[in-house]
Amino acid sequence: MVILFGFTLNGFEVLAWENMSILEVAGFYGIEIPTLCFMEGLSPYGGCRLCLVEVGPVGKSRLVTSCTYPAREGIEVRTHSQKVLQQRRMLLELYVAACPSSKWLQDLASKHHVTEVRFKPKGEECILCGRCVRMCREQMMGEAIGYVDRGTQRRITTPFDKKSEDCRLCGGCMYVCPVCQLRCQGPKEESTLCSSCLNLYPPCAEKFEEVMCYMDPCAACELEKG
Amino acid sequence: MNALGLLRDVKELKRLKSELKKEKREKFVSVCGDTGCSVWDSKKVDEVFRRVLEEKGLSEEIPVKSTGCLGFCECGPVVIVFPEEIFYQKVNEEDVEEIVEETVVKGKVVERLLYHDPREDKKIVKASDIPFYKKQVRNLLGDNWLIDPGSIVDYFSREGYAAAAKAFTEMSPEEVINEIKEARLRGRGGAGFPTGVKWEECFTKNVENKYIICNADEGDPGAFMDRSILEGNPHSVLEGMMIGGYATGSNHGIVYIREEYPTALEKVKNAILKARETGMLGENILNSGFDFDITVSVGAGAFVCGETSALVNSIEGKVGEPRQKPPHLAEKGLYGKPTVVNNVETLANVPRIIRWGAEEFARAGSKNSGGTKIFSLVGKIRNTGLVEVPLGLPLREIIYEIGGGIKGGGHLKAVQTGGPSGGCLPGYMLDIPTDFEELDAAGSMMGSGGMIVMDYGTCMVEFSRYFLSFLSGESCGKCFSCREGIYRMLEIVEEVAAGTATLSHLDLLEELGEMVKNTTMCGLGKTSANPVLSTLKFFKGEYLAHIMENRCPAGVCRALVTVFINQELCSGCGVCRKKCPEEAITGEKKEPHYIEKALCSKCGICIESCPEEAITRA
Ligand SMILES: Cc1cc2nc3c(=O)[nH]c(=O)nc-3n(C[C@H](O)[C@H](O)[C@H](O)COP(=O)(O)O)c2cc1C
Ligand code: FES
Repeated sequence: MVILFGFTLNGFEVLAWENMSILEVAGFYGIEIPTLCFMEGLSPYGGCRLCLVEVGPVGKSRLVTSCTYPAREGIEVRTHSQKVLQQRRMLLELYVAACPSSKWLQDLASKHHVTEVRFKPKGEECILCGRCVRMCREQMMGEAIGYVDRGTQRRITTPFDKKSEDCRLCGGCMYVCPVCQLRCQGPKEESTLCSSCLNLYPPCAEKFEEVMCYMDPCAACELEKG
Repeated sequence: MNALGLLRDVKELKRLKSELKKEKREKFVSVCGDTGCSVWDSKKVDEVFRRVLEEKGLSEEIPVKSTGCLGFCECGPVVIVFPEEIFYQKVNEEDVEEIVEETVVKGKVVERLLYHDPREDKKIVKASDIPFYKKQVRNLLGDNWLIDPGSIVDYFSREGYAAAAKAFTEMSPEEVINEIKEARLRGRGGAGFPTGVKWEECFTKNVENKYIICNADEGDPGAFMDRSILEGNPHSVLEGMMIGGYATGSNHGIVYIREEYPTALEKVKNAILKARETGMLGENILNSGFDFDITVSVGAGAFVCGETSALVNSIEGKVGEPRQKPPHLAEKGLYGKPTVVNNVETLANVPRIIRWGAEEFARAGSKNSGGTKIFSLVGKIRNTGLVEVPLGLPLREIIYEIGGGIKGGGHLKAVQTGGPSGGCLPGYMLDIPTDFEELDAAGSMMGSGGMIVMDYGTCMVEFSRYFLSFLSGESCGKCFSCREGIYRMLEIVEEVAAGTATLSHLDLLEELGEMVKNTTMCGLGKTSANPVLSTLKFFKGEYLAHIMENRCPAGVCRALVTVFINQELCSGCGVCRKKCPEEAITGEKKEPHYIEKALCSKCGICIESCPEEAITRA
């Protein structure tokens, strides 16, 4: 039996089912909360902290990650309070400083009005959002990669940094990575199109007259062909 | 009384106790066998004591007890002779013969080994007359003087397991919980959560296979109160767990100890075996119908594994990362079952509450929390060691009356309470009572009871830097805000220390600190900015001196100080020249030497080596 209950979301009374996260409820009501480590189809992780929302009455509230926090009867949630916006911007500033070459992060930063970066750029290649680890384990049944070490030393790798026998080279990890995407270099002289993020033309459309899946960007068949 | 049989019911326990009372030996010698004193070779002292008594045919009559920490580590190795309670400090192997001859046999005092009170300028004979002990209320640590931690008989003779017997046979779980609530017992592991409430939450869950876990991870640098209890009186913790198990409805206890505590581990394992042999653990304990057993789980010694949910993950064999809450552990803890995690010191208090009653227990303590708290008093303080005081005692009394004031006659600059993520309080705030709420409100915290005293030779920027670098390595690294936030705070503080920061860095540091505090999941990240935020609040001038004047007032930050030789004092002996690892010192024999600035790494070796005290850092 599905149990419906109510709580307050940005001042409105909303309904939710048991086991729904705040992020899901907000999405259902059309309220957009930025996320990084969250991905539909993967278990929520709560590591990027970007999906912060304020829970609790004014003055006694605290910030929690909406992707992992279960909606509960009677709670008070604010997704766009001043406090939330401020901390989100600070987080994005840190993200861009850590990894300036990611288009994804740059776009998020612009969208949330991050106008300056006051830290030294680091040029890291991984923000440890862990999407790849969960993709490998939960969707590809691989468990070829995981985290090692802690604190600032933490990184994602195969066991003992060796080529893993569990890895089938499916490319799922790269597919979900928000950082190792194509970099935006702007349009080149000979064309007004930038094309760095150009999607592939689905090869199946030619063969079958229509596309056979809705993967976006289209990549899987190409990867298979090698 | 060698082979203790199985005690089947309360009657047998009582009979054993009255037998023990008859046999009780008033005369014995306690030699501290804990880590602090072992450094000074207390093991040898212990051996010699046993040998000498054996030779004199006194070993039966006058037992030697190798005890847990006696508290006054500054004076190690410490020996206390009972029943007179004569306190001998800094005892050598050579002194033992004399102590046995004079004190044990003739009852005379060996003057030269007595503690000398520098304030009153007199020698003190009796341990409890020493100012360090006098002001303390040693409910928990007091037994360390009298108990051989390897012997369950010693524990029985100190009313051991009487509380468990009382709880199991005369009280219902609700009554036990009420007693704990009335005693106002709050968790000693850091957060200060009311223990009774925590137990009740677990008790009301109608599920089989609940767990009670003793948190003995103790990862704060410089803190060792939990270790001392485990090494000095392990049965008190086991008894507390049993009562907790009874009150929460769990039959399985787990002690989670870090691998770096091998002695505590051994003592606890041994105590569990003894408790099983005597029927204090097992099925149908004392014929009460209650089953309870305890196992040990060893952790790899990560600071973050002290956090309750990370600890549970670690026991399950997973990576030691905190879990998202809710669900809380009382709903879904170890292996998905309701679980209670309590600190060592919290549990050690429990038998006393049941034995004495809540009212008597809470007589010591403050309005909000009953009982005593152990602090590990370290830093620039005359008497370092473990001190146990009633909750609510002002910091000033702990530092000046028990601690004996600042070492080397300097002045107090700040005191940090609460371990690596605690805050720093300046000298003028010393009248704050040591109470959970009061310390929180002042911008610090009780934490697990670390207390570091600093004088004017400590640079607050360097202080922040040290704790940030500790935390940046100990963060589990999952939350971006904690991992990256601490890293960036450290980066800024390092710039301040190097003299390359600007004023805007300070605002950024504060903003960053608030962000980390607000946006991180577990207690490590939430409190990690405390050292920075509290020093920024109380010692901003020092940050400003580094930034605006390129000066480190305490003379600590290497980039901002110069080392120079006072040309008038230098005798040209050449010691510094030979010692300098950078070969930065030059000079003719018998002529004043000088330091070449470009080569000097400011390590300070020359300062320590100079017989004329002609070299200074400023
Ligand atoms: C990073 C971190 C480290 C901790 N380390 C310890 C520890 O070493 N020992 C401990 O008893 N509690 C530690 N705690 C506190 C525990 O999370 C928890 O509050 C405590 O064990 C509960 O027991 P209590 O209610 O008896 O205090 C730590 C908390 C955090 C956030
Ligand atoms: S999306 Fe919720 S923490 Fe990353």
